[in-house]
Amino acid sequence: MQKVIMGNHALSWGALLSRAEVIAAYPITPQTEVVELLSNMCADGDLDAQFIKVESEHSAMAASMGASAAGARTFTATSAQGLALMHEVLHWATGARLPIVMGNINRAMAPPWTIWTEQTDSISERDTGWLQIYTSSIQEILDSVIQAYKVAEQVYLPVMVVLDSFVLSHTNENCDIPDQSKVDAYLPKFENAYKLDVNKPAAYGGLTGPDWYYELRYKIQKDTERSLDLFVETGKEFGEMFGREYGLVETYKLDDADTVLVSSASIASTARPVIDAMREEGHKVGLIRVRVFRPFPSDLMRKLLEGRKKVLVVDRNISFGMSGAFYEETKAALYNVKNSPPMWGYIAGLGGRDVPTNVVRDMIEQTMKEDHPSGDIIWIGVKK
Amino acid sequence: MSDEIKWKKESDMPLMAMSMGRMTVNKTGSWRNLRPVIEKEKCIKCGICWKFCPDVSIRLDEEDYPVVDLEFCKGCGICAVECPKDAITMIKEE
Amino acid sequence: MLEIRFHGRGGQGTVVASKALAFAVAREGRFVQTFPEYGVERRGAPVVAFTRIDDVPIYIRSKIYEPDHLVVLEPTLIGAIDVTEGLKPGGWIIINSDKKAAEFGQFAGFKVATFDATSVALKYRLGSSAAPIVNTAILGALSKITGFVGIDAVREAVREIAPVKKDENVKAAEEAYEKAEAEQEQS
Repeated sequence: MQKVIMGNHALSWGALLSRAEVIAAYPITPQTEVVELLSNMCADGDLDAQFIKVESEHSAMAASMGASAAGARTFTATSAQGLALMHEVLHWATGARLPIVMGNINRAMAPPWTIWTEQTDSISERDTGWLQIYTSSIQEILDSVIQAYKVAEQVYLPVMVVLDSFVLSHTNENCDIPDQSKVDAYLPKFENAYKLDVNKPAAYGGLTGPDWYYELRYKIQKDTERSLDLFVETGKEFGEMFGREYGLVETYKLDDADTVLVSSASIASTARPVIDAMREEGHKVGLIRVRVFRPFPSDLMRKLLEGRKKVLVVDRNISFGMSGAFYEETKAALYNVKNSPPMWGYIAGLGGRDVPTNVVRDMIEQTMKEDHPSGDIIWIGVKK
Repeated sequence: MSDEIKWKKESDMPLMAMSMGRMTVNKTGSWRNLRPVIEKEKCIKCGICWKFCPDVSIRLDEEDYPVVDLEFCKGCGICAVECPKDAITMIKEE
Repeated sequence: MLEIRFHGRGGQGTVVASKALAFAVAREGRFVQTFPEYGVERRGAPVVAFTRIDDVPIYIRSKIYEPDHLVVLEPTLIGAIDVTEGLKPGGWIIINSDKKAAEFGQFAGFKVATFDATSVALKYRLGSSAAPIVNTAILGALSKITGFVGIDAVREAVREIAPVKKDENVKAAEEAYEKAEAEQEQS
């Protein structure tokens, strides 16, 4: 079914088609429409799920964890301060190996109060062990929720589906809403092998000493690494069934590119017409949109970037005292490589500052002009 | 699930800390310096000692009199403090 | 690609107008993207919304700085703000007004068309008499004046998007389509 829907509703449709059984969420701008539509879907009987109203995001995640531990397919969504309030329990969801899927709308952190887009909220949670998918279209948001469950339930790890505030969350565009029967075939009912069961009583999450805690962390890392292949496999299978294939990254006009732009989310989308225009002028430029940020596809990035002339990474987030996260990780992945290209790290679009095509072009042109980056971090468009 | 940790390496383990040994294998009775002794004559079978025991080491017999499980009782003395009839005395272990 | 910017005031249905146009265009099998300029929404405050239309998927995700065309739902905004900022020469300016197009002499170099959407909205009791919701009527007029989208698709889109008074909203769009003049005097 073809529909024009907003990014937030794409999350709701994704949860509906995935047959989420429990939804526990607390509203926050710019996420509210996600839970608004889901509560309507539950009230109208379109979605056979328990909708749990809670008094905070911490409770939303706590309730989601209880539901997931009981074996229910669980969905929630939040943004910015709400995500930060969940921080403690985000670690718990990972450690307890609960395959929860959560939508996070990238909103800049306060103060000062803001509602506009920036990735620092989800980037701050990169070490919680949640797998993270950064989306760049309304269609991809919906599809990613379905794929997220498929990956999460094989590795018993939670997944965050991330989208830009307003630029994606409140943008309406064409979206194919897949048939329920096809989604059911792609994503069968989940049988949690570790679920709470009154017939098989067990203790969960109890005090674990240094003799075994270490091994449990090792297992999380191994399953996180395993999810790299699963993202590729399930993305291919998605393509076969629905005609839209997804991978760890999306490349565009990359094959013979000398200068490669690496970015994510909506900035990487806006970069496409820029690449087209510059190609027409004869510049050998290409694009990598990083879709899966956790786990970071280091091997793939090495393969794609080794031997290039120049690489620029554009981040809509900042780790104060260092640089943008996508830049840091790309640089780290390329460190032990013979033909590691020089890398420029740009910060753009914080707090929802628009990043139009001319700004993307400026960054590519500046990179092409310089022989070597002048520093670790280049701010674009600061009013000075 | 077994009562004891039996795995030797990470691949033996479940994904999360799940029933990593139950307290039934941990015979805490050996930690005891003082032992509760119940005087049946004073006991009114109110069940307060049973309720307050932090180690679930007091059970009630067929007549509802409390019985201390000395395999697990740590000798904390909470039962003796809470007993409204002073029917429980803590005596030194030999 | 066509880029259209909508100007109105909070409460008039400006954002919904941009969405309804997108819904209608999508029904004709084309690609659309529509979004409001988000600020702090208040009734009466100036509101801006954008719609992109193309025959191929749309990747650009910035605001629209140089629109091809404008739709002005609230004529009192003209003068209060520079509605034509960035507007490409020769673009349409479709104004909800009971005045004639020729009376907007300040818009030389653009194609001006007017339609009294407020009267139509009042007739069908859309919104309140103090704050009529003019979006469905202006969309009918836009269909006739520009031909960007057919009235059949508009009718379906309005029925899909209107939360209440679906029949009245469809009638408003149809009446606007019938009454609006496709060929208007250019300034």
